[in-house]
Amino acid sequence: MAEGEPILRIENVTKQFGKLSAVNDVSLDIVDGEFFTIVGPSGSGKTTLLRMLAGLDKPSVGDVILRGKRVNDVPANKRPTCMVFQSLALFNHRTVGQNIEFSLKMRGVSRAARRERCMELMNVVRLQEDYYAKGVTKCSGGERQRVALARALASDPDIMFFDEPLSAIDYQLRKLLEVELKDLHRETGKTFVYITHSLEEAMVMSDRIGIMQAGCLIQIGSPDEIYTQPLNKFVSEFMGEVNTLPVKAGANGKFDCADLGTQLAGPASANGSDSGYLVIRPESMRFLDDPAEADNHVKGSLFNEYAMGSRVQYHVRAGTQMLVVEKLREQAYKGQINDDVMIGWDVKDSVLVSD
Amino acid sequence: MTTTLDAPPPLPQPNMLQSFGQWLRQPGFLTASPVLIFFLIGFVGPLVIVLGFSFVPERTFGFHGDWTVDNYVHIVSESYYISFLWSFGLAAATVACCLLISYPVSYGLARVFGRWAAPVMLILVIPLFVSENVRLFGWYLVLLKGGGILAGSAKALFGVETGTLLYSPGTILMGMVYVYLPYTLFPTMLGLSLVPRDQMDAASDLGANRWQIFREVELPIAMPGILIGSLLTFVLAVGAISEAKLLGGANIVVVAHAILHEFTYAQNWPLGSAISMFAIAITGVLVIIVMRRLDLDRLLGRK
Repeated sequence: MAEGEPILRIENVTKQFGKLSAVNDVSLDIVDGEFFTIVGPSGSGKTTLLRMLAGLDKPSVGDVILRGKRVNDVPANKRPTCMVFQSLALFNHRTVGQNIEFSLKMRGVSRAARRERCMELMNVVRLQEDYYAKGVTKCSGGERQRVALARALASDPDIMFFDEPLSAIDYQLRKLLEVELKDLHRETGKTFVYITHSLEEAMVMSDRIGIMQAGCLIQIGSPDEIYTQPLNKFVSEFMGEVNTLPVKAGANGKFDCADLGTQLAGPASANGSDSGYLVIRPESMRFLDDPAEADNHVKGSLFNEYAMGSRVQYHVRAGTQMLVVEKLREQAYKGQINDDVMIGWDVKDSVLVSD
Repeated sequence: MTTTLDAPPPLPQPNMLQSFGQWLRQPGFLTASPVLIFFLIGFVGPLVIVLGFSFVPERTFGFHGDWTVDNYVHIVSESYYISFLWSFGLAAATVACCLLISYPVSYGLARVFGRWAAPVMLILVIPLFVSENVRLFGWYLVLLKGGGILAGSAKALFGVETGTLLYSPGTILMGMVYVYLPYTLFPTMLGLSLVPRDQMDAASDLGANRWQIFREVELPIAMPGILIGSLLTFVLAVGAISEAKLLGGANIVVVAHAILHEFTYAQNWPLGSAISMFAIAITGVLVIIVMRRLDLDRLLGRK
């Protein structure tokens, strides 16, 4: 998915507020038609980056290039891009119809044509037609999302930006809208640039993901690459619950793990460094009856178990670490809290990352 | 296993009297009642008396049962209506001037000045600590003919003999704008600060230029504040008297001045009452027209 013309390119962009660099020397190519997601914790500079892409802020240093043209000084209202804001920024003093038609009205489109386009869009985002004259403050959270989406789509922009629009929505509706958004991306074929602090959300929707940390874009890759080959401890922990074990290179090509008080077999270090973190995903961990069943084994005691619908999660105390094991419900561990258990994993399921 | 709950029995419907009694016992009503009583005794009562006086014959001082509308006829026939034209004209002009000044200043205070907003605000507020009459008398001293600060300085420094700016409608208007500006400024500023930054960003992102953002987003959202400010200023300006007396001399008699004249010098309470009621009626109608366009609940953030 990374092939093709870049529709939007940023070159060495830095944004400074006073002495603080909110975005620090970021370069990125966004390919025409892809769903690109920027993920980072709050304060990592992702909103600032997006505002520069949309033309709401100007970079302090560096260039924003849209279809080969430098657009640093082109204001947002002259760019063929549109944004869905975190707060949605709906015009609360206007109706659903007036909100959706706003960009068309600004361009001097006739009333009849505006209404026709509005009805078409309401159909696309699954809003009932009789919402046309309803005040936006009277709409539910999900409906407001749809109005914001339709409003941004109205002028048929080349690129759609999304600034965490789903962050304030309850879990079930969020899951539904994630899927709808991905379907919308497929149906419209537009370039979507999405930011979120949830890597889980990014995984569901994106063709490619960029991870931001402290103003820098530290890793770019497909969801699969990010999942299986996280660049460092920050990225691996950002993906949700993982086991990260601090290790040092020891004898026999194995790693010493002081926290567990044992030697572990691990993959060859990618950058040749002799210390780092061994990352093992909870679903790669399993309960063992015999040490020979896995490349690595650890003894511990079952601290607690948590039912999570289709899966069950176990916390196992081993050494000074609390290890997380996750099983499908059908393969649940049959035992008691405080049982002495043996868990293990294979070398191929672990990754060695730097700090 | 799920259980179904029986529907609760319907609540007994209270009759009208009971529900009115409950309404009276609301904490909100109870806490407001002292003010309500004060208003009834101190405001509504005297107003009813003034209303009564406006219907008794000229130069009488009691109610003897002979009602007449002559006083209202006199307002028109004896050219008191000119006072009304001056008062309402000056008030409208004051509101217009105050809005023209307030909007940019409010915009600056709400969006541009940043940490300088507080000092600027202080500069705007400090003159309010001095009585209106004293401030107006200051202007009088500045503008006084011959010995005034303006004319005197011109003569001493440049040897130029100048006339005076006093006693003209323009000077009265300046005085009124000067005195009533805060009543427009602060509500306008409140209104403008209600405009969310991201809605302006969104409008820009959706292709609106600066003027379109102003017309489509800023102005409609700030409108309640602007309307309330204009209303306050207008109502106060209609009742203004010091500006015209101090800066306008006897050339222009505004409504409040006419009322004062009838109640004191002319000893004609009925005519004074009629002029008062007429002024209240016109102002009241204008206020109601404006208030109908206002959603106070939304303005107070209660939705």
